[in-house]
Amino acid sequence: MGLMTFKGGVHPHDGKEFSKDKPIRELLPKDELVFPVSQHIGAPASPVVAVGDTVLRGQKIAEAGGFVSAPVYSSVSGKVKAIQPRRGAVGDMVNSIIIENDGEMKEVEYSAVEDVTALSKEEIIGKVKEAGVVGMGGAGFPTHVKLSPKEPDKIEYIIANCAECEPYLTADYRRMLENPQELVEGMRIVLQLFDHAKGLFGIEDNKPDCIAKMQELTKNEPRMEVCPLKTKYPQGGERQLIYATTHREINSTMLPADAGCIVDNVETLISIYKAVKLGKPVMNRIFTVTGDAVAEPGNFDICLGMSYGEVLEAAGGFKVQPEKIISGGPMMGFSMFGLDIPTTKTSSSLLCLAKDDVAASETTACINCGRCVSACPEQIIPTRLAKMAGHGDMAGFEKWNGMECIECGSCSYICPAKIPLAQSIRTMKKQILAERRKK
Amino acid sequence: MSDLYNVSSSSHIRSKDTSSRIMLYVVIALLPAAAFGVWNFGLRALLLILVCIASCVASEWIFEKLIHKKSTINDFSAVVTGLLLALNLPYTLPVWQAVLGSVFAIVIVKMLFGGLGQNFMNPALGARCFLLISFAGTMTSFTYDGVTGATPLALLKNGESVDTMKMLLGTTGGTIGETCVIAILIGAVFLILMGVIDLTIPASYIISFGIFVLLFGGRGFDMTYLTAHLCGGGLMLGAFFMATDYVTSPITPMGKVVFGIVLGILTGLFRLFGANAEGVSFAIILGNLLVPIIEKFTIPRAFGQKKEVK
Repeated sequence: MGLMTFKGGVHPHDGKEFSKDKPIRELLPKDELVFPVSQHIGAPASPVVAVGDTVLRGQKIAEAGGFVSAPVYSSVSGKVKAIQPRRGAVGDMVNSIIIENDGEMKEVEYSAVEDVTALSKEEIIGKVKEAGVVGMGGAGFPTHVKLSPKEPDKIEYIIANCAECEPYLTADYRRMLENPQELVEGMRIVLQLFDHAKGLFGIEDNKPDCIAKMQELTKNEPRMEVCPLKTKYPQGGERQLIYATTHREINSTMLPADAGCIVDNVETLISIYKAVKLGKPVMNRIFTVTGDAVAEPGNFDICLGMSYGEVLEAAGGFKVQPEKIISGGPMMGFSMFGLDIPTTKTSSSLLCLAKDDVAASETTACINCGRCVSACPEQIIPTRLAKMAGHGDMAGFEKWNGMECIECGSCSYICPAKIPLAQSIRTMKKQILAERRKK
Repeated sequence: MSDLYNVSSSSHIRSKDTSSRIMLYVVIALLPAAAFGVWNFGLRALLLILVCIASCVASEWIFEKLIHKKSTINDFSAVVTGLLLALNLPYTLPVWQAVLGSVFAIVIVKMLFGGLGQNFMNPALGARCFLLISFAGTMTSFTYDGVTGATPLALLKNGESVDTMKMLLGTTGGTIGETCVIAILIGAVFLILMGVIDLTIPASYIISFGIFVLLFGGRGFDMTYLTAHLCGGGLMLGAFFMATDYVTSPITPMGKVVFGIVLGILTGLFRLFGANAEGVSFAIILGNLLVPIIEKFTIPRAFGQKKEVK
């Protein structure tokens, strides 16, 4: 009743029971690791190592390619075997640094900071930038850019996205249970950058243990507050989360900072803590392997660069042959045709589904039922937009606010005619953006 | 690379809801009204219901066979059309006229415009109006208990008094499915609970019609008169089962309200100032034609958008 939420949304089966109660397990990588130089939004990083070089764990192997970019670090010690394009989770070929693991895990020396409060704001942002922290919920937007808004004084809320509204995923959930202190420390560091801001932890109420734990940890923190959220997809959508916690609305032409907000996901805040306090770059992350086709679903602390297949092996491989494997959640993740794909900073999970709903459902005619309209968190009319997309009607598409779509997939999910609405709308958005760029 | 996995654009999961299930819910929701019709008017009503359903389904199947399209009769929409049409007919209608109406509904109103989802007019109502114009005699002759008499609405129009209790219970003359308000409401509640329809259209329709009757009915604030108008004729059946037809009503939230108000005003106009006692069917099909315009002017404000300055 008193829970914070947004309008619209859907309630897919949450599937979290597979991996929810599995403690995080550390995984040691095998022989070969692949590091794509583009693991973030923005310019690709440029390699600073050459084939044959010896590298240590924690050593920078690619330098940021611009302001909106992030460096890449090796997660193992070993030898650079090749620098060549490799297939990424989204399906495209990305230039990648391939490192032969020597198995010794020799690390560089990190420069930890005794007293973070003594650091200046510029120093903190510099450390975040240097560590290659990006939005680890999936977007991959470089965090130092987010932390450098035009008017830092106008930032009133730092919102920790602890919703984890995607079905099946439990990585953030385990993080909050096992390392809540690091999350709070991450938030404290970000709050140090913004004098007028308050830190909010938005957690869906299907994780009451996390809510209790975070409330306990923040009870003596005047600048932090836990916001229990209604469990509903896409509660963790940036615009939806901002609305739920602050009642401020932003649209596609605005940044969260325009509403005085900055949103960071759990894993990102923990990475900020590690970067600033411990001086450690982003080399590891929590990763969920789950789905009804996996033998032993679980949550793993992985070294980035390991392949999806390698992590799957650690989870006991397949119980049954899946029809579909997905990087990320079932609502917004990317389906992959194979497992020989490297994990990156934005890989949150491998979901293996024995049955592919999409292939199993036959598309029938739209009956105008309006379920997509009720489900749309952006309050637009998906079925009309999809039709316009089919006709190539760009003007109509923009008039009916098609560009406001956040591609959450709620419409495709709910559609009784099984029309891939989000796909049509997404494609049309891309075409329009390409058209705008031409002008 | 023999075992490649399925690749598709997100989202990768689908809800269990299907169009045919929705249609099935509508059929179930119409059953109380249909059953009451059979009880009230006898087995002839049942015959008409079965004939209409059979001819609707058959004409859809044959039409699709002829034009080499995949059969869509499994989606139950033809069943809904047939059932709705039957509920809108007097039980005394000759069978061949009912068949003709069913064929008209499916072939002319629905299939020629592209089939399910493409028709701009409710097929059952289109057919009813077609029959009304073509066979005014048999379509407007209502026999009850062996006596041909005026429907409550016709009595009301002539300034005579009606028994509103009987109208609520449905023991009056009329079409097969329109007489019993209680049976209709049971079905409507079921549809609302199952999430098939929401109250927006029926509520704005009934409320605006009620206000229209109070303002222009010439009876002032006469509650009996108002109740008789609300319970009489096809208003309840139309408001809950035909005005809410997905395909032929606006999809925009604001458009639904406007659509309901338009229907309320049109029904009021037809009933109070038209030549006929009844006006729901014509009001709804006329409203159907206005849907594209209504939608055009009610494009919703997207989340986070400032109010547009026009």
